[in-house]
Amino acid sequence: MALIKCENLTMEYRKGDNVIRPLDDLTLDVDEGKFLALMGPSGSGKTTLLNLIAGIDCPTSGNLIIDNQNIAQLSRSKLAQWRSKHIGYVFQLYNLVPVLTAYENIELPLLLHNITRKERHERVSTALNLVGLSDRHDHFPRQLSGGQEQRVAIARAIVADPTIIVADEPTGDLDKSSAYAIMDLLKKLNQELGKTLIMVTHDAATAKYADLTLHLDKGKLVDEHEINEQTHNALTQAGREASC
Amino acid sequence: MLKTKYWPFVLKQIIRHRMRSLLTVGGVATAMFLFVTIQSMQNGVSVATEEKSGDTTLVVYRQDRFCPFTSRLPEYYMPKIKAIKGVQSVIPMRIVVNNCRASLDVVTFRGVPRDLFEGTIKKNAKFIDGNISDWKRRSDASILGKTLANRRGLRVGDQFDAAGITSYVAGIIDSKEPQDQNVAYVHLDFLQQQTDKKLGTVTQFNVKVDNAQDLKQIASEIDLLFETAEFPTSTRSEKAFVAQIAGDMIELIGFTKYLGWGCLIAVLVLVGNAIVLSVQDRIKEHAILQTLGFTGYLIGQLVVAEAVVLGILGGIFGAGAAIAILVWSQLSFTVDGLSIPIEANWQLLTIGLAVSFLLGLLAGIVPAIRASRRPIAGCFRAV
Repeated sequence: MALIKCENLTMEYRKGDNVIRPLDDLTLDVDEGKFLALMGPSGSGKTTLLNLIAGIDCPTSGNLIIDNQNIAQLSRSKLAQWRSKHIGYVFQLYNLVPVLTAYENIELPLLLHNITRKERHERVSTALNLVGLSDRHDHFPRQLSGGQEQRVAIARAIVADPTIIVADEPTGDLDKSSAYAIMDLLKKLNQELGKTLIMVTHDAATAKYADLTLHLDKGKLVDEHEINEQTHNALTQAGREASC
Repeated sequence: MLKTKYWPFVLKQIIRHRMRSLLTVGGVATAMFLFVTIQSMQNGVSVATEEKSGDTTLVVYRQDRFCPFTSRLPEYYMPKIKAIKGVQSVIPMRIVVNNCRASLDVVTFRGVPRDLFEGTIKKNAKFIDGNISDWKRRSDASILGKTLANRRGLRVGDQFDAAGITSYVAGIIDSKEPQDQNVAYVHLDFLQQQTDKKLGTVTQFNVKVDNAQDLKQIASEIDLLFETAEFPTSTRSEKAFVAQIAGDMIELIGFTKYLGWGCLIAVLVLVGNAIVLSVQDRIKEHAILQTLGFTGYLIGQLVVAEAVVLGILGGIFGAGAAIAILVWSQLSFTVDGLSIPIEANWQLLTIGLAVSFLLGLLAGIVPAIRASRRPIAGCFRAV
């Protein structure tokens, strides 16, 4: 059964006299536990689609049903509450709060949940362990490398146990070895924790980590292909060797 | 009301944006210092001049004279005033000041008769140090009001000089009457001899009446009695007398309340500007919080909470410093021998903090509304 159902999803806005339509009547189903890569040229609508699925933007028309709830009809505050439960967002530029430590950044989404301080501590520690940064919990973002910052951002995205993790070019600002480490981590989250993962990328090598790659152009779905486990392993290994 | 679990986040924002917070708190503190100082001056004017229904003291002064050096009345008026029905007691008083101009450090000597003074002082004041017997025993002894003693650092047993008079401190009193707090009471004959080289002339009579309601009528009777005498009188209640003699200064102090309001507006603009800048600076951060699931309302609350904390911190430092300095320095304005105390008290700190809280709240509301209404995607595009 599809976790995410996009039905005739259209997004448009006015810029002067022109109507810009980054997403045009898109219909798409994503099953639970899938790792989906969105690819396409700039302006093709991939980030728009990602933002709609993440509930940080609203479609002009169409339905967006996630976990049996049409989020296109939710009010602003209800959508915020929905995001806190269902979405973990990983940005290209990490977007950590600079005055908070790694621990405090990861703790932020948990403040929105009715859990005790002790439970918050346990969950942040688990998330830090998972991303391999237990020893950096009291470091501020400026004291971390790009790869480490992104791992903190991933920990922040998973700490509240969301239904879906969305990632907007998560390796776009990293060197190759850090990028592979991040992709390995995301793949692990997808496979071991069963998280549905939707990622925007320009990089074909990164897209190979996904189960399914969708190509968008001018707001429409133009191509999709699945990558089997064998291909995935071979391609990612080749990519790693090339980077060494 | 912001939930407890979010307060550490607010405090971290304040502590870790150290320079911005220090500058904002410093600005608020400076303005609150001025505001509280001005309020203390206004309080002092109220204490010194606002008449109460229970006031029973009249001051008999020389008609058309407004300065202790020119108000001269014969001491023999005393029994005539005392004979008026409803008059409880009359104290002839010679007043000498070391500085005729308005000043923050004037020493005012009040010469009073030895035998009449004891009853009055017992009613209105209590001895902090020393006693009346020592004062009675020495002809050059003085009893100081608490404000004067503290300001000059004088203790019982000390000698001090002012206006060419050397006096021995026999006691220090704390009085309910603001005019008693900033004077040195000496023997009338001692002061007359020191200044006039002769006896028999006083500056004023302080008349206590039995019933506060008779105050105006008795004042008229006194003035009528001496209307055709060589030295006609002008009699008013003590508070009205202070209000008239120190009128110019009271007017000036009254004007300062506009400065106080100006300070408040300056604080409002300052904190508002600091919060607007900080919100502008953190568009991206607020977008991140919204992405994580923080509602616009919650972000607005965080912004207001930060403004309120900065306002209150500024209030604590500014109002606290003003009150501490004013209480410690015991300053009071004196003009023509009359004191207008700078009345700083801890109640004013509460008012200062309440004002700071309101200012923080007001200054934070508009930036909070703006921060809470920004669309997330637009915020990310804006940076």
